Amino acid sequence: MKIHEYQGKKILKSYGIPIQDGFVTDNNEDIESTIDRVAEEYNCSQFIVKAQIHAGGRGKGGGVKFCPDKSSAIESANNILGMNLVTPQTGEAGQKVRKIYITKAFDISHEYYIAITLDRSKNQDVIMASTEGGMDIEKVAEETPEKIIKVWVDPIEGLHDDQIKTLADGLGFRDDLFSQVSDLFKKLYKCYIQKDTTMLEINPLVKTEDNKVVALDSKFNFDGNAMFRHPDVNDMEDPFEVDETELEAGKFNLNYIKLDGNVGCMVNGAGLAMATMDIIKLSGGEPANFLDVGGAASVDTVKNGFKIILKDSNVKAILINIFGGIVRCDRVAKGVVQAVQELNLDVPVVVRLEGTNAIEAKEILENSEVKIIPATTMQDAADKVVDAALN
Amino acid sequence: MSILVNKDTKVVVQGITGSEGTFHSEQMIEYGTNIVAGVTPGKGGDTVLDNIPVYNSVKEARDNHNVNASIIFVPPRFAAGAMIESIEAGIELIICISEGIPIRDMVKVKHMLENSNSRLIGPNCPGIITVDECKLGIMPGFICKKGNVGVISKSGTLTYEAIDQLVKNGLGQTTALGIGGDPIIGTDMIAALELFENDPETDGIVMIGEIGGQMENEAAQWAKDNVTKPIVGFIAGQTAPPGRRMGHAGAIVSGGDETAEAKNKILAECGISVARSVAEIGNKMKKSLTLKA
Repeated sequence: MKIHEYQGKKILKSYGIPIQDGFVTDNNEDIESTIDRVAEEYNCSQFIVKAQIHAGGRGKGGGVKFCPDKSSAIESANNILGMNLVTPQTGEAGQKVRKIYITKAFDISHEYYIAITLDRSKNQDVIMASTEGGMDIEKVAEETPEKIIKVWVDPIEGLHDDQIKTLADGLGFRDDLFSQVSDLFKKLYKCYIQKDTTMLEINPLVKTEDNKVVALDSKFNFDGNAMFRHPDVNDMEDPFEVDETELEAGKFNLNYIKLDGNVGCMVNGAGLAMATMDIIKLSGGEPANFLDVGGAASVDTVKNGFKIILKDSNVKAILINIFGGIVRCDRVAKGVVQAVQELNLDVPVVVRLEGTNAIEAKEILENSEVKIIPATTMQDAADKVVDAALN
Repeated sequence: MSILVNKDTKVVVQGITGSEGTFHSEQMIEYGTNIVAGVTPGKGGDTVLDNIPVYNSVKEARDNHNVNASIIFVPPRFAAGAMIESIEAGIELIICISEGIPIRDMVKVKHMLENSNSRLIGPNCPGIITVDECKLGIMPGFICKKGNVGVISKSGTLTYEAIDQLVKNGLGQTTALGIGGDPIIGTDMIAALELFENDPETDGIVMIGEIGGQMENEAAQWAKDNVTKPIVGFIAGQTAPPGRRMGHAGAIVSGGDETAEAKNKILAECGISVARSVAEIGNKMKKSLTLKA
């Protein structure tokens, strides 16, 4: 789960980490008063206006603007709020900006990069820091890996002082700045652990002209499985950042992800669902979605699955691929027939059922009044559905 | 022979009185698994199914029945506690079926495992089955046939698909092992490969992975130097868009060599026979075994 920059900064602030602070608005009429509040609260006359969307690369898309005075801040804020922001991470469709964050601006002497995440293979947390902040860090990692300092932390033992020293020294901090940044690393790691974060990134962390260390941005990824421990964080989720159909699928306990193709698919199990998408592609089609209906493929799940898939008007044919283990295939077959009848489907449906009672299931499908194309193997099913989508 | 479980495995089911626990215990017993006890805190003294005694703790169950394996069906927020209880009771083999466990909890469990004599399989996995002897999990036992192929997989239903294809190609299995799709798991692919390499009854290995993480790559590198038996590999998720989570917490592509294409390349370079399509798993294994013979 992800949150917006301003929400992340609120969390950082609660841990005593210095941030570039400001106020948020989602309303054009409140822009001027919000700017006045920022000016008063943070004693500044220059501002940054920042679009609040989850995707990165906001600056490149024109979603972050430095404003040397109030009038230019009003202008930028009005331009950004409501705009459709296209960044390298949003895809071509872009993301509508529904909230802007207006912060104080100050003079920066250097930008750094800091991130904490879990190194799965070592079962340890890894803290990464670089003097090359503000830039495309993946490019830095690829071209000049020596410029990224990495420290592995045993999560049971916690972060040691000598590790903090390695990081602070590596970034070239001395004296008062050394203690500022050491304190920041301690607090940041504590926040990372306590909030069940899977990734915490500050890019950039800056050194100001008056020698203060400040977080200019924040990016949090949380462990969705741990959100029961953090109802406050869970409430921060922005439904506008989630695809509408994906959100609706979630309500039905279906795991759906929309793709760009025209062959819809409905499968039980994530691995088999991915393998089904893959074989559709290998057989000359383009998958329209990922849809995992989970263990129990009942009439209702199949019906809801159809409804979700058909919200996408590109879909020209649907493949149902169920490996019935504990679930009996004849029951799934009856469910499919009933769902097709009740929904009055007019796109061709190819059904492949394997496992318990697969033969009985095939008979039910063949003898039904509705137009269903039964298939045997995964290859057979993929060929038939691609063929149906083309014709 | 087989790996990890056989007809002598004595099992305790943690969460046996829950609906999932009871249902799958019944299925496992039907398959021939020797379930000797169950655990549900607060329900000690009860019996379930065909007179299986329920205890308040794993330790009590172990003391009374000499169990050497446990299988866990408890809600995700209690699953780490259940695993730790089994580790502390010295259970040799722990299988965690529960899914949705916080990563931080697994970090703790993994740390405890490293300082213990227990082995964990899972979490978020279908379990393990040694054909015609012992099923410790939720997979449909009837699809398996006794034979000489070992199966290692990150995914549930995809494992069933692979088993089904093997059977249709006239091949049976020694043991099929679902290692789970989470970022942190107890038994990884290298450990599973090592077990099958050392099992005299296993002649070939099917290894099913997914996009995301480095495990398949590390396993392939390891296999190159350490596995003498033919391996057929398959990676699901060639068409998955980068940055999206596809159902399993582990199946997310974030770096260059975490894609299906990159993994396939590494697997092939390490001498693994790569099935580009899921439909090829069965016949690729058959070919590999024929070539070897």
